[in-house]
Amino acid sequence: MQNDYTLTRSEKRFIGWHLFVAVAALAIGSFYGPMQAFNYAGWNFYPLLRKLYIARSYYQGLTLHGVLNAVVWTTFFILGFLTFNMIYGLKRPLKYPKLNAFGFWMMVVGVLLAAYYILANKASVLYTFYPPLQAPWPFYLGLVLLVVGSWIEGYGFYFTLHQWKKDNPGVRTPFIAFASVATMVLWQLATLGVAIETLFMLLPWSAGLVKGIDIQLARTFFWWFGHPLVYFWLLPAYISWYGYLPRQAGGKLFSDTMARLAFWLFILLSVPVGFHHQFVDPGVAPAWKYIHALLTLSVVVPSLMTLFTVVASLEYAGRKRGGKGLMGWLAALPWGDPVVASQLLAGILFIFGGFGGIVNASYNTNLILHNTAWVPGHFHLTVSTAVTLTFMGISFWLVPYITGRELCCRKAALWMVYLWFLGMSIFSEAMHSLGLLGAPRRTPLGEAPYIPPEWSGLLLRVGIGGIILLIAVYMYIWIMVHTAFFAKKAEKEVEIQVAEAMTDVQAVPEWLDAWKPWLVGAVALLIVAYTPVLIDLISSMVPVAAPAMKLW
Amino acid sequence: MSSLHIDQHEKRWITISMVLLAAFAVLIGVSGFALGVQVPTLEQKIDPTKLNQDPEWSNPGVREIVPGKKYEVFLIAQTWQFTPREIVVPAGAKVTFYVTSRDIQHGFKVLDTDLNVQVIPGYVGKLSYTFKKPGEYKFICTEYCGLAHAAMFGVVKVVPPEEYGQ
Repeated sequence: MQNDYTLTRSEKRFIGWHLFVAVAALAIGSFYGPMQAFNYAGWNFYPLLRKLYIARSYYQGLTLHGVLNAVVWTTFFILGFLTFNMIYGLKRPLKYPKLNAFGFWMMVVGVLLAAYYILANKASVLYTFYPPLQAPWPFYLGLVLLVVGSWIEGYGFYFTLHQWKKDNPGVRTPFIAFASVATMVLWQLATLGVAIETLFMLLPWSAGLVKGIDIQLARTFFWWFGHPLVYFWLLPAYISWYGYLPRQAGGKLFSDTMARLAFWLFILLSVPVGFHHQFVDPGVAPAWKYIHALLTLSVVVPSLMTLFTVVASLEYAGRKRGGKGLMGWLAALPWGDPVVASQLLAGILFIFGGFGGIVNASYNTNLILHNTAWVPGHFHLTVSTAVTLTFMGISFWLVPYITGRELCCRKAALWMVYLWFLGMSIFSEAMHSLGLLGAPRRTPLGEAPYIPPEWSGLLLRVGIGGIILLIAVYMYIWIMVHTAFFAKKAEKEVEIQVAEAMTDVQAVPEWLDAWKPWLVGAVALLIVAYTPVLIDLISSMVPVAAPAMKLW
Repeated sequence: MSSLHIDQHEKRWITISMVLLAAFAVLIGVSGFALGVQVPTLEQKIDPTKLNQDPEWSNPGVREIVPGKKYEVFLIAQTWQFTPREIVVPAGAKVTFYVTSRDIQHGFKVLDTDLNVQVIPGYVGKLSYTFKKPGEYKFICTEYCGLAHAAMFGVVKVVPPEEYGQ
């Protein structure tokens, strides 16, 4: 089948730049992740890395891994993928391509600025940059540029959708474009918190304009951003699961309506939840922590809706492919296609990630696992598998589409996907178990004097997971480099497999295609969930200065 | 306004998810607010540079409130140590910890218990626990605080009530 719309060369190149930065960040950042895992297992490479000027300390490596993988790889990949969805979904160019290009380059400048200070070991503050750890002020400026640049790309999407709606009155917005704008709206609401923290607290403080800032207040603004951030990572993966995967697997989207309702619920519920990262913070009252726990748990509803719709779509595909019986449809899915297999495997581990997330969010159960190895165990199932493995699956068709070359080494791509699944399963299970025993996160456990010998089996499994993941991630980088620059030129353009819905798209109720009520609701809920605590914190701040000595 | 079409099975599924949600809400609410499995609370705010001028904080350590029954511990975290490093309390007594930081953020987690608090300079966290069994409970720093973070820990020695103070 021929695609009914084609992106111009310059549009493809623009998306390609996003993916290039994303994959480059992943290539550098992913080196340091396994180095941490190896430290756990007792294979400490840091003295060697120090000699080779690759990392001055465990924490410089950890900062690089967190920033490059969780922030740069995700954000750039997402904006590239969403740009594609906007143009291909609406079948029209962006309204102001130069505006989007400006936003993109602003992000690049921001990343380079922040990266310089991390690489120079002047900003080993981890990706949460909790004060009063203090980096030089241009580091924070880099973060601001990254965030504001992403806003500008989002504004470019809003203008484009607005024009499309004007030109197509009464027509339902195509799902992939709608969901892309929804993702950027969620991002806009989420990043307000970190923008306030950075602009009004960290920047003036690190530049020496104010002596001290309130640490509890800074944490509160940070976590206003920090949790919806994970939904910003997740929703683009959902776009692929709802909008592409059903067709890639050979079927149709079960319900376009419910897919949209889920996205609206995410916009509504995913921002006013930050206190579930602050259950053990002294400065937030228990009642408010409990309210945020309930709001977080409410996200169970759109999450289980997503599970239902995606599984129903896949069952339809599996049965169409000849799968019979209760589970036969599952076996009949194309597990040998790296594009599909990556997303199916991502989904399987995400179920466990979801269970763990409920435990994290459940108020007092969080006492057991706050700041333990359980937490990175959890988010390596979510952002590093559900999201990252899905993005890898997307790149297996999107990069060939952009470069006009064939996906290189299909077999290796398939192997890589299964290795990732295996490596993450081993790594993550061991991390969860260590966390339940009380092992702290963000700690070179290989050097910690308090580790009992009984933990050594688990620590070894973390290391084994790390080996497998190190192999898998560089297989991926190899495949990407070859597909982008060296693979055989394809004879025809890659077919874009946007899933058709089983129901008529025009049957989607109008209120599911109207922005105003949902946005008003989301902002109102955000105000209710944060105002009392913020007023309380701001009315009696305790200014704290940066530590006198350099700590890393 | 057209109406929302939801598949029969999906309706049931959503109902189940809402029931689950309600069950979770009740369970954590009851265990937290009725049975006392509670998160840490704020005791006071204090300038971290002035801890030495405060009568309680200039002398951190264990305070006996009711012998054998009730104890308080004033604990200061700072880069890269806890003061005191060793805490001795009798088994079966209710121990209330007041924890704060002299410099940057730290964590205080006692292994094998549900004692866990983010240690934030300027804020004093309050949390309680009754150690039922005698033994050594390590407490560790769970927040990144610089190069020697991994070496920051201490121990709660829980002794049988009859041996306490000897």
